[in-house]
Amino acid sequence: MGSQQVEVGLKKAMYEEMALIRRFEEKLIELSQEKGKLVGMQILAYGQEAVSVGIVKALEPDDVIVSNHRSHGHLLAKGADPKYLMAEIMGKATGVNKGKSGTLHMSVPEVNALMTTTIVGGGPPLAVGAAFAQQYRGTSNITVVFFGDGAAAEGSVHEAMNLAALWKLPVLFVCENNCWAGAQSLSEHCCLMDITRRAVGYGMPGELVDGNDVEKVFTLAKEMVSRCRNSQGPVLIEAKTYRIRGHGEHDHQHYVDKKELEAWARLCPVRCLRERMLADGLVTEGEIQVMDRQIEAKVDEAVRFASDSPYPLPEEALQDLWVEDGIPQQVAQ
Amino acid sequence: MAVLSFGQALKDALDVAMSKDDSVFIAGEGVGVSIHYDPNLPTHGLLEKYGRKRVKDTPVSEAAIAGLGVGASALGLRPVVEIMFFPFITLAADMLVNHAAKLRYLSGGKSAFPLTVRVKAGVSFAAGCQHSHNLEAWLAHSPGLRVVFPSTAADAKGLLLSAIFDPNPVIVIEEMLLYWMKGEVPDGDHRIPIGKARVVIPGKDCTVVSYGGAVYTALEAAKTLSEEGISTEVIDLRSLVPLDKACLLDSVRRTGRLVVLHDATKFGGFGAEISAIVAEEAFDVLKAPIKRVAAPDIPVPVSPPQEMFNKPSPETVIAAVRATVGKG
Repeated sequence: MGSQQVEVGLKKAMYEEMALIRRFEEKLIELSQEKGKLVGMQILAYGQEAVSVGIVKALEPDDVIVSNHRSHGHLLAKGADPKYLMAEIMGKATGVNKGKSGTLHMSVPEVNALMTTTIVGGGPPLAVGAAFAQQYRGTSNITVVFFGDGAAAEGSVHEAMNLAALWKLPVLFVCENNCWAGAQSLSEHCCLMDITRRAVGYGMPGELVDGNDVEKVFTLAKEMVSRCRNSQGPVLIEAKTYRIRGHGEHDHQHYVDKKELEAWARLCPVRCLRERMLADGLVTEGEIQVMDRQIEAKVDEAVRFASDSPYPLPEEALQDLWVEDGIPQQVAQ
Repeated sequence: MAVLSFGQALKDALDVAMSKDDSVFIAGEGVGVSIHYDPNLPTHGLLEKYGRKRVKDTPVSEAAIAGLGVGASALGLRPVVEIMFFPFITLAADMLVNHAAKLRYLSGGKSAFPLTVRVKAGVSFAAGCQHSHNLEAWLAHSPGLRVVFPSTAADAKGLLLSAIFDPNPVIVIEEMLLYWMKGEVPDGDHRIPIGKARVVIPGKDCTVVSYGGAVYTALEAAKTLSEEGISTEVIDLRSLVPLDKACLLDSVRRTGRLVVLHDATKFGGFGAEISAIVAEEAFDVLKAPIKRVAAPDIPVPVSPPQEMFNKPSPETVIAAVRATVGKG
């Protein structure tokens, strides 16, 4: 699986998306230092952009994703508008969920980013349900669920994998192994260093990939997605990566070996792809600068839009609990 | 109108829903092939009729069963999943309380979860407290879940059909001891609106509010009381969320007295909510303090005399009503 298999246009598109995710999250880091600008915790996927983009690029628009608390990359890669995400992160009325979810629970059903759950290990059982609906209806769509190495310790993940394999459901389980569960390193919370070794216990393929190399992630995902789509049942992909910014912006990583952190930071997926494209003569410095400026402008525009938006009225908190009449159009397929 | 057992009435509801709408499927442990072979059980015979695509026997995995329901309903199917015994709902609780109940709200109204969870409940079959534990107050205390608790065969059918076609997540609590109780059940797509209580028998001296199998305890008490000249009104709530406050308050305004009865434990139970509503909104008409009749605050014991002691009896209801009317 080499980089040659990914054609140039797609490679540039992947760079643009990864750079957008990076810029979006860098902006969140800046804003989180300004008092009163953002609400709640800021939990970033900084350094994990290659997994979001490599996996989602292998999907069709009608395929469904289920995300977790580290969701910005997944949602942006799936095509969510950064303006409405930023507004949501600021708790504004124009946010993608009207300010009710904040950064942690964003769902964008209009791009089939069905839900985000912060209950660690909550995503896989939900994804099994979505994949069941796809299989039941006889569509060729699949569901992808992203979860971490920490979540792999939850019993619900085991139940979901067992059921998916048993019923041959079209689920792609993507474990983003970022080496940390809270302040516990992988070796402190899991005897197996490769979560993917569990796949054999469920009777499904398990594939390891370098999660910092978007081309490798994409090439593997493409193959595994096609397997899921062709009714051969679920697959577990484990993407090895690293949690560069800690659990959230409130976490100063006092427990992290700085040498290990620096070593992983040198493997920055955004920079590695950029340097590779430049070395291969696929883009010029000038083209990269143009792309980066456009991304910068897009993120600035999102911040402007979100900052200028009003907060929802307090009493609007009472809305949206129940469906009063009929099911909303976008989910009543 | 046919005479059916409560269990057959539930099956009739599932059958009507499945034949009417292809998006309805059922899943759970033994919903297709069960270790029990009894035509009074609610999913008996549905596998033969609808096949393995729509009648899904699952592994022993409550979190996955509930997740299956939440995820499938998010894509517009109408899952009806079964949790075998009420205490096992704790294993599915994350999917129900944190996901089914909250995800629509978190989406800002963009998503919907037309999910039905059937849970088999009840005490008095000597299975012990890990199989018998009424947790309806836990569920009712989670905004986003609807909770219904039928007491008759007709209501069982009507409430289950309403639950299946409700666009919100609904928990249908089925008291197992009632499965064999017979009653007249309307044919076809008969629905009972969720959120409408029923005056089982009218009365003028005291209101007894109950739901599920405890309604029969209330009726037995009312019969004895009427022989003593005390006229008791028995209300069957049918639906805990949403709650028919109007029916409750109207009744208390007529009788001026309230006894709340349920088989669940007393402290923090659903009866506390009923009592509080009446105290807040109809205190002016109360002629006596409200009484609650419920199980003692212990797990359900197995030994027959202790199990019987645990379940509120007609005698305890009679004593409570007598006390409220000043004849205790």
